[in-house]
Amino acid sequence: MENPRPLWDNPLQFVFACISYAVGLGNVWRFPYLCQLYGGGGFLIPYFIMLIVEGMPLLYLELAVGQHMRRGSIGAWKIISPYLSGVGIASVVVSFFLSMYYNVINAWAFWYLFHSFQDPLPWASCPLNSNHTGFDEECAKTSSTQYFWYRKTLNISPSIEEYGSIQWEQAVCLILAWLVVYLCILRGTESTGKVVYVTASLPYLVLLIYLIRGLTLHGAVNGLIYMFTPKLGQLANPKTWINAATQIFFSLGLGFGSLIAFASYNEPNNNCERHAIIVSLINSSTSIFASIVTFSIYGFKATFNYENCLSKVILLLTNTFDLEEGALTADNLDSMKDYLTSTYPNQYVELLPQIKNCSLEAELDTAVQGTGLAFIVYSEAIKNMEVSQLYSVLYFIMLLMLGIGSMLGNTAAILTPLTDSKFLSTHFSKEVISGTVCFINCIVGLAFTMEAGNYWFDIFNDYAATLSLLLIVLVETIAVCYIYGLKRFEKDLLLMVGHKPNWYWKIMWAFASPVLIISLFIFYLTDYISTGTLQYKAWDATQGELVTKDYPSYALAVIGLLVAASTMCIPLGAIIIFIMKRLKRNVSTLE
Amino acid sequence: MLGVLLLAFSLVTIAHSDFCRPDAQNAFKVRISIKTALGDNAYAWDASEEYLFKAMVAFAMRRYSDKETTQISNVLLCNMTERVSFWFVVTDSAKNVTTVPGSEVEAAIRMNRNRINSAFLLTDNTLQFLKISSTLSPPIEPTVPVWLIVFSVVLCLVVAGILFLVVSGIRQRKKNNNESVEIGDLEDKCDTSVTTENGIPCDILDLKAGQINGVYAADDEQFTPL
Repeated sequence: MENPRPLWDNPLQFVFACISYAVGLGNVWRFPYLCQLYGGGGFLIPYFIMLIVEGMPLLYLELAVGQHMRRGSIGAWKIISPYLSGVGIASVVVSFFLSMYYNVINAWAFWYLFHSFQDPLPWASCPLNSNHTGFDEECAKTSSTQYFWYRKTLNISPSIEEYGSIQWEQAVCLILAWLVVYLCILRGTESTGKVVYVTASLPYLVLLIYLIRGLTLHGAVNGLIYMFTPKLGQLANPKTWINAATQIFFSLGLGFGSLIAFASYNEPNNNCERHAIIVSLINSSTSIFASIVTFSIYGFKATFNYENCLSKVILLLTNTFDLEEGALTADNLDSMKDYLTSTYPNQYVELLPQIKNCSLEAELDTAVQGTGLAFIVYSEAIKNMEVSQLYSVLYFIMLLMLGIGSMLGNTAAILTPLTDSKFLSTHFSKEVISGTVCFINCIVGLAFTMEAGNYWFDIFNDYAATLSLLLIVLVETIAVCYIYGLKRFEKDLLLMVGHKPNWYWKIMWAFASPVLIISLFIFYLTDYISTGTLQYKAWDATQGELVTKDYPSYALAVIGLLVAASTMCIPLGAIIIFIMKRLKRNVSTLE
Repeated sequence: MLGVLLLAFSLVTIAHSDFCRPDAQNAFKVRISIKTALGDNAYAWDASEEYLFKAMVAFAMRRYSDKETTQISNVLLCNMTERVSFWFVVTDSAKNVTTVPGSEVEAAIRMNRNRINSAFLLTDNTLQFLKISSTLSPPIEPTVPVWLIVFSVVLCLVVAGILFLVVSGIRQRKKNNNESVEIGDLEDKCDTSVTTENGIPCDILDLKAGQINGVYAADDEQFTPL
């Protein structure tokens, strides 16, 4: 007797799994950055338009395909058309690349979490130099948080060519991260279903705590005003719309096969239409919620730095001109500067290069995204709060929950097709298959713990998934609408959900979304081609800042391989199936 | 007599003012930030505080060289500003009208920095000797790094969880296998009774004639003749 397909215990587990997968680090560290760059409050307009045109329809499409076909991505697309099995394989390849590098972020989050149990926090101050007369040179040039990230955590090398050795501390954190992921996926939906209750809800709790704390911080209002003042002029910039579309697309995690995998464990009559709407709305609102928190933290950090800068200038002037303590304050600084310029012109001119123009705007303008935001900016803000250990622990636990939630989806995308295949599931048990996948990923992931590992991480982050996913989802949409047939799909949905999809869904699936994806695809291709050589930012320890360098040729080759490995699966799959069918036909006609 | 005394006094004063000048040899600049250190509890810097400072420097020199020769009058202060910053120099009373070398003064102050700071309720940052760099105290490092302890705890928990799940999974599968084997045995036992097909014992059906099913009337006329 065949084992029945495992199911979620209740629809809530499915919704939580989707939310846990979709709400990831991108909501926390990419959306606030985009909001800041592309018009503040005004960015919400293209964002919501793209959600309605692209996000919800494509999400519903993937969930419906998974729920109806009751197979992982490879099996599902094979059922739709045998020539499309390449699409499923491409999804699995992209998910594989993603899980290779994504868990390194969890390793970093573990590292920071473990270091949060110290008083004072290790990134709060610079370490001393060898003869204890001052601070370490590299640390003095940048800030203590940047030093902790680049030197203590990554121990980064000056360029991608210099590999360095594997950092054992990062390696053990990575191994721990993979063990945690294995623990969660070990039993399939049975274990995953329980874990997602925690990974989906805990981040909201922490964000709420941070919201309350953030809004009460000194200077938080500056950040919020800066963010929400809409700069509607940006709406005319095409990059705004492109970035809104890209953000919705990648934030929902379409095309990886994870959503198909999750939906395949549903009851056949689950109302996936309602769930698609709920998940996409929750994902977008979480982005906005997270950016409110981020911007109040930004405002706090910017105000803190601005006031620090001012007191440094005041101290400098007080010491040079031997004025009475407290004579210079933030309010009378400008008038006093004029007075000093007129009274001691020579000395003031000498001092001029050292006097920085402190500006709150300049501090707020430093837009950061990605690991820089999560690990540098946030830790800098945290170190200045009272009870910083508590906030630090909470914050990194939240990052871990977000990261592990997304990892569960990624590994499900790889494992579901593997456990669906009769060959593997009869010979190996679920635990062995998941264990092997985790082990292989862990070994490959160790490459990212080398000294140059962060540069390779950036390569994977920027190039492994972007183009391939657009192509995969485009093929998916066209396949369902035109190859499988929209009428047939409507009938399937009627069976599952209980009513046919209305005109909104059909128009989006058949016209709007494919057109949008094609334009995104063309934009990205032209962008890659017109940029010429690709460049990256390397950390220069002597200057204490990032410098731009060109990628060496073998790095470019790896980038090309990454993109080709997944995109080529689609045509290759079709060609191979075509050849096999031809051969079978020849064989049968010969008989 | 008076004239000689006057001359000597003026010489000494001139000599003193020669010794204590900004950027003089062996002179050090001191910068004091009382308001920054003490806020509302700040005291005012007046002549008595200056006297205390001279006493502390003399104390430091005595401690350093172990000779009880330095007097308060040997410490000269000058160029007092509103900042509260001034220059000081230590003269050597043994040798006439010379100043103690800067290196000795520096070493003496370094040795007794803590005492000097606490006399004024200040710290290295708020009572600054501008040419004398202070040795910063390194942070206390515990023998085993804290992060390793937390890491090991979490690692043990995770590994224990994995082992528990894997072992219980194996046990569950063994129990399922045993159960299905038992159910199989039970079915085999039942099969030793008479096999029947549609209520008719099989051995009768083996007859070549078979059974005629009366439902279908053997009415040849219903069939189209060839």
